[in-house]
Amino acid sequence: MDKKRREFLKIAGISTLAGLGAPAVVDRMVSGSFPLAAKAAQEVAHGEKANDQAATEGHGEKTVPTGKRYGMVIDVRKFIENPGMADACTNACHTVHNVPDFGEANKKDEIKWIWLTGYGNAFPDHSHYYKDEELEKNKVLVLCNHCDEPPCVRACPTKATFKNKDGIVAMDYHRCIGCRFCMAACPYGSRSFNWQDPRNGLDMNKLNREFPTRMRGVVEKCNFCADRIGKGEQPACADACGSSKAIVFGDLNDPNSEIRKVLKEKYTIQRKPALGTHPSVFYIV
Amino acid sequence: MFEKALKGNNYYWIWLAFLGTFMAIGALCYIRQFNYGLGMTGMSRDVSWGLYISQFTFLVGVAAGGVMLVLPYYIHNYKVFGRITILGEFLAIAALIMCLMFIMADLGQPLRALNVLLHPTPGSMLFWDMLVLNGYLFLNILCGWVILTAERKQVKPPKWIYFFVYLSIPFAISIHTVTAMLYCGLPGRHFWLSAIIAPRFLASAFAAGPALILFVSLILKRVANFDAGKEAKDKLVTIIIYAVIVNAFFVMLEFFVGFYSNIPGHKHTLQYLFFGLEHHGVVYNNLVPYMWGFVVLCITGVTLLAIPYTKRNDLWLGLGAISIFLGLWLDKGIGFVLAGFVPTPLEEIVEYYPTLNEIMITIAVWCTGFFVLTVLYKIAIAVEHEVEA
Repeated sequence: MDKKRREFLKIAGISTLAGLGAPAVVDRMVSGSFPLAAKAAQEVAHGEKANDQAATEGHGEKTVPTGKRYGMVIDVRKFIENPGMADACTNACHTVHNVPDFGEANKKDEIKWIWLTGYGNAFPDHSHYYKDEELEKNKVLVLCNHCDEPPCVRACPTKATFKNKDGIVAMDYHRCIGCRFCMAACPYGSRSFNWQDPRNGLDMNKLNREFPTRMRGVVEKCNFCADRIGKGEQPACADACGSSKAIVFGDLNDPNSEIRKVLKEKYTIQRKPALGTHPSVFYIV
Repeated sequence: MFEKALKGNNYYWIWLAFLGTFMAIGALCYIRQFNYGLGMTGMSRDVSWGLYISQFTFLVGVAAGGVMLVLPYYIHNYKVFGRITILGEFLAIAALIMCLMFIMADLGQPLRALNVLLHPTPGSMLFWDMLVLNGYLFLNILCGWVILTAERKQVKPPKWIYFFVYLSIPFAISIHTVTAMLYCGLPGRHFWLSAIIAPRFLASAFAAGPALILFVSLILKRVANFDAGKEAKDKLVTIIIYAVIVNAFFVMLEFFVGFYSNIPGHKHTLQYLFFGLEHHGVVYNNLVPYMWGFVVLCITGVTLLAIPYTKRNDLWLGLGAISIFLGLWLDKGIGFVLAGFVPTPLEEIVEYYPTLNEIMITIAVWCTGFFVLTVLYKIAIAVEHEVEA
């Protein structure tokens, strides 16, 4: 009897220690394997707590309260005024990022980061029978929304796609296993998959040597030009619009930034806001 | 016990050789896909999951269906299922092996599959699906093998095994629930975004799994002198009929919600599946024949299983069971996954046509599953015969 009790106490003690210790070990492992993301996640978590009251204003919209959070405003009217500018954006982006082109004949292997689509396609919830003619016939640029609550990040089983602390939803092409769960999860159809070696669709003499080509079997998408922003440049698409201000890119958390000024002055909409993804791309239509 | 799989009559070897041929062809096709990439398939940017994932989804159900034998036998001590419970457990093993093969065939970077373990992500349903599928596979191998060994030695199974047997019951439910959660938690895919997906998956699983077991046991009666027993078959028939009806009820509820609410997003995919969807003057209706096939086969199957005359006749009974299995395969193994991508998030319609290479790989995985199933059933029945002799 006595012996059994001693054994019970031993086991109970060890399990308690294990129970108390495990979270710490797991925490350490998480931050060890991916320090940036873990730190960012912590910052976000703490910041959110502090800013809870502020965040409940409006419709419970949440923002990352500290640090940068990049966003974009696309002025559809300016693209209507300047036909051809949207294509220039697409070309600039796809050239800078070595996005392959397999041609119309092989549309199923298509990869695109930013492209034109109909207004009703981009904004099915804002569409109705009697749209004004301009919108009806003109197209809208769409790209990854870099959501605040990205469903693709939630779905990814390997953390190959993740949200940076600056709000950019990025990809680790070397970790992606190509399960395409993120493509099913994205409500905006922003993700593409390398169905074949992307170099089959690239002119190897015209590669941008500053940016890697991908390998087949991984998912890719717009990265908000994280590489260019790091060097203090504008995203390639915004650059391609010249001084027209058709695309304004900037820090949503900086109250004095140009993008905040535009958002304050103009009425903007987001794609499929009802899904609670909180896109970082806004449209003036 | 494996030696029992090495002794068989000519039919046994011809059947294995037949399956082996398709497995070899499929292996060559897979090498092509491995070297070129998933562009060898008909999948696209818009329909990013195809035959592989749809077969996987259906087969998870077949694996879970075995629990309809395990549960009555072990929990309710329903002795009649004593002879066929092992068939349920071994079917689960074969089905899960197919599931894992389909997942591997679908990965763009299969050599990185272990990243799921290396970078565990509890927020992703795929992570949990991997855990429960492998867990259920392990449990079925363990329980099936230990219990069969005990039977061979004509002793009672060791007590500790019952812990794993009971554990396998919630695992069976969980594999199909988690597989449903792969789909029903995705915003923007209206057809999948429905709380009834998991119950519906389970209902169709509890029909498809037992239907296959019933069908196979009728074949075993002819070719292997193995009789499941009249009472066991009757009870299987009851289980199958109720499960098919519950599944049909759930499908009709989906129709009610979609069409009564009249919300376009909730209707589009159902329209596409059953009637064809018009878009810019073109009617897209690739999957319509499959879905009506599902309806007709399920009604036929239930009728054959329910009418006393046909139920007593092994031929009609077998036809009924296989119609239900095929019908549910059309629903979940073809319609459910493929249609979820229609319309696309950008309100376009892209249809999917599997390529020959992809179809051959799919057939090969099925053949591998039936190969494993044949060998396992051969062992199980040889043990039963040995005990009886």
